[in-house]
Amino acid sequence: MSSQNIVIVKYNAGNVRSMYEAVLRLGINAQITDDPELIFKADKVIFPGVGEAKSAMTYLKERELDKVLKSLTQPFLGVCLGQQLMCSHSEEGDVECLGIFDAQVRKFQSKGASFKIPQMGWNNIYDLKGELYNDVNENSYVYFVHSYYVEIVNETIAKCDYIHPFSASLHKANFYSCQFHPEKSAGVGNQILDNFLKITL
Amino acid sequence: MLTKRIIPCLDIKDGRTVKGVNFVDLRDAGDPVALAVSYVEQGADELVFLDITATVENRKTFSELVSRIAGAINIPFTVGGGISSVADADILLSAGADKVSINSAAVRRPELINELVDNFGSQFVVVAIDTKKHDDGWKVYVKGGREETPLYTIPWAQEVQSRGAGEILLTSMDHDGTKGGFALDITGELSRNLSIPVIASGGAGNIEHFIDVFKLAQADAALAASIFHFGEVPIPQLKSELAEHGISIR
Repeated sequence: MSSQNIVIVKYNAGNVRSMYEAVLRLGINAQITDDPELIFKADKVIFPGVGEAKSAMTYLKERELDKVLKSLTQPFLGVCLGQQLMCSHSEEGDVECLGIFDAQVRKFQSKGASFKIPQMGWNNIYDLKGELYNDVNENSYVYFVHSYYVEIVNETIAKCDYIHPFSASLHKANFYSCQFHPEKSAGVGNQILDNFLKITL
Repeated sequence: MLTKRIIPCLDIKDGRTVKGVNFVDLRDAGDPVALAVSYVEQGADELVFLDITATVENRKTFSELVSRIAGAINIPFTVGGGISSVADADILLSAGADKVSINSAAVRRPELINELVDNFGSQFVVVAIDTKKHDDGWKVYVKGGREETPLYTIPWAQEVQSRGAGEILLTSMDHDGTKGGFALDITGELSRNLSIPVIASGGAGNIEHFIDVFKLAQADAALAASIFHFGEVPIPQLKSELAEHGISIR
């Protein structure tokens, strides 16, 4: 596994460093790049991100990375904003996204002191499905920071409740995603990243 | 269910951990990276590292330390101390920090909050407020609590929120270092009136204090230093007792 060529997509949304370190702790020295050639050739692609949807989509489109990412066939993992950008549309900046998942990204509506926006902290995930969640217990805690969420759809493979249920994770063909940060979710997060690195299509 | 967070805070001076008692009388509590790893193992939910000397010369040492921390731990961490520009914050973000905490610089030039939010997002920006009770209300202090400002804590916290900060770290200087409990009144007032999370800090001495700050003051997170560093309140025991009291905990 350590010979895998893992690429972390570099774009105008931070947090690339944390993902790099997390993958390194699992024994893989990933490449951080926005070069389409290197992305196409990778064994697996990680698409992290903390930032704002509209400016991120503008950045990706200017470099035609939107077309590159959609056309990939190797295992692909979007994280946080990465997951949201993989959906069809986001309310954040009212922007069309990559459309890999037929799902909408909506803003949480505040419910006062008990439900602050952003959701920031550790929450439990449930209804876990598929190889991304091998050896991960139902109701494990993972770390979230987000003001927008993906609705529950057919591709949902993990759910979380904040104000209402939403998609903690999605999967379709070679595309996987997490709303939470596996790279910041202690042992559970390590397991999920390790599971992704072990996926063979 | 979203859990309440337990956050050990490590004060850093010359690359080592220290903790001020009422902001003086520093005691050494070890190597920050080793301490950080130990806190992750104990179940800390997040960590905060404050560069308390924060001089230009120390800046490089601190960002190198931040890189080492980022390589060693897999939970979120905030760094603070002397950050007064987007460029300062960018260095720490690139070194691997998840959030920055700003304090005096935000009071001096509140636009800094907007600039950091525009560049890095709300989730990256924690505004620390040091506060002390006066007869006419809680007031804001800067420069590690040495200097009083004309600002009152509640309207300042509202401004901080409206400028886009993702979180408020509220330290009661009247309580800090006393081990007599958190400032429940001001913490509760902010927590109930803001739509962003409030981290309570200053005064933790025992497990009851944490139960109170979560139950009575609705804090979203609680921060402490020496009681964790010196093992007076072990985090696993703290968390299991909080859970027994019906507080949602990881």
